[in-house]
Amino acid sequence: MTANPLLSELTAKARAKAHSSHKACPCGATVTLADRPDATVVRHAGTVAKAHAPDLTPADLAPRLTTATHLPGILLPPLAATPVDLHGRLVTFWPYGTPVDPEDPDAAPWEAAATLLAHLHRTPAPIPTTALPPMRGPAKAAQAIARLRTATAANPQAAPTAAPPILRAWATLPAWAQAKTPMPDTTTLCHGDLHLGQLVRHPTPHGPWLLIDVDDLGTGVPAWDLARPAAWYAGGLLPPDEWTRFLTAYRAAGGPAVPADGDPWPALDVPARALTAQTAARAVTKAMAEERPLDEVEQALVDACVRIASAPPELAYEYAK
Amino acid sequence: MQCPKCRAPMHTYNRNGVQIEQCSGCRGIFLDYGELEALTRLESQWSQQAPPPPSAPQAYPAAPVAPAAPAWGAPQAGHHGHYGHKRQKSFGRMLFSS
Repeated sequence: MTANPLLSELTAKARAKAHSSHKACPCGATVTLADRPDATVVRHAGTVAKAHAPDLTPADLAPRLTTATHLPGILLPPLAATPVDLHGRLVTFWPYGTPVDPEDPDAAPWEAAATLLAHLHRTPAPIPTTALPPMRGPAKAAQAIARLRTATAANPQAAPTAAPPILRAWATLPAWAQAKTPMPDTTTLCHGDLHLGQLVRHPTPHGPWLLIDVDDLGTGVPAWDLARPAAWYAGGLLPPDEWTRFLTAYRAAGGPAVPADGDPWPALDVPARALTAQTAARAVTKAMAEERPLDEVEQALVDACVRIASAPPELAYEYAK
Repeated sequence: MQCPKCRAPMHTYNRNGVQIEQCSGCRGIFLDYGELEALTRLESQWSQQAPPPPSAPQAYPAAPVAPAAPAWGAPQAGHHGHYGHKRQKSFGRMLFSS
């Protein structure tokens, strides 16, 4: 296995950036926070450097960065408003914030996540001087499904029985949710990839919670940002109390994605179906690559796809024409 | 029980102490005798901003009100309990863009 040259150069960048702003840097080791095909993230002291996905263009990233600089209290602002180029990869610098503790579900900031989303969704779009592209939620879901199709086509013998129900669940979705047509909402500001790893406390360790990761941010259907918790709840993986805390806080903050009271599912149904199919597709693709069976959480998502495929879409789900 | 309209199974939900049946297929709602009045009464108390109604004579213990779930929800979605170790395991997954 060869060393990743991007990682070492990104580390040098993070170090240089940290030293430019702190006269007395404690200079501990640089820590790799993530190293995936779509993002490499390293931290040196209070500075985080992120190399974005290879296919992300400056035209796509710039308005998203501008948005992050304009919404203090909702989005963590970057240290610099423009990205730098590192061998064709766009690199941005951010202050370090304390993430959610993965070992402590009881401390999960459901109310903060919901309130931040409600405020983001209520932000008038577009932000001055930006022309935001669409939120990338449906595109990411479509990409996960495409990768599952590719993986099963490449190796039909190893294709798991879990793949067909995921594709059938995907087929119940309207064209916009499959990223085939524009979304029915083109003005609401959305995060695009909300999960609990997208919140940090800044200043660390006791500052307010803020949203991070603007790579998928844009305009679109705001219910998409509620769909991952909704999908986990509907799949029997997120307890009802925690789902209720999240939904109640979102409504209390005036979030527009669901009606203020009554059944939220007419609005959540399509995005939650899509996130269930996306998450199950990623899990099955990964399990195939690792030549292992699904674990119980992954199986629960596939089971949800089986039920989605046999349930008609919510009748009330119609955007006002 | 079966839906009188589309024959799909009906599920029981508890809304503010009132048991209602909703069809898993057509989402139609079936109310027993007196349940509509009970819901209307609750609604008027809500709109008057009255203090919470004294708990009705408890023929059955007040179950925690389950949040709504979609027709395709897991059998345990909306019911309390039965999460246990799966909660810890799935919580870690909610921290990632999986």
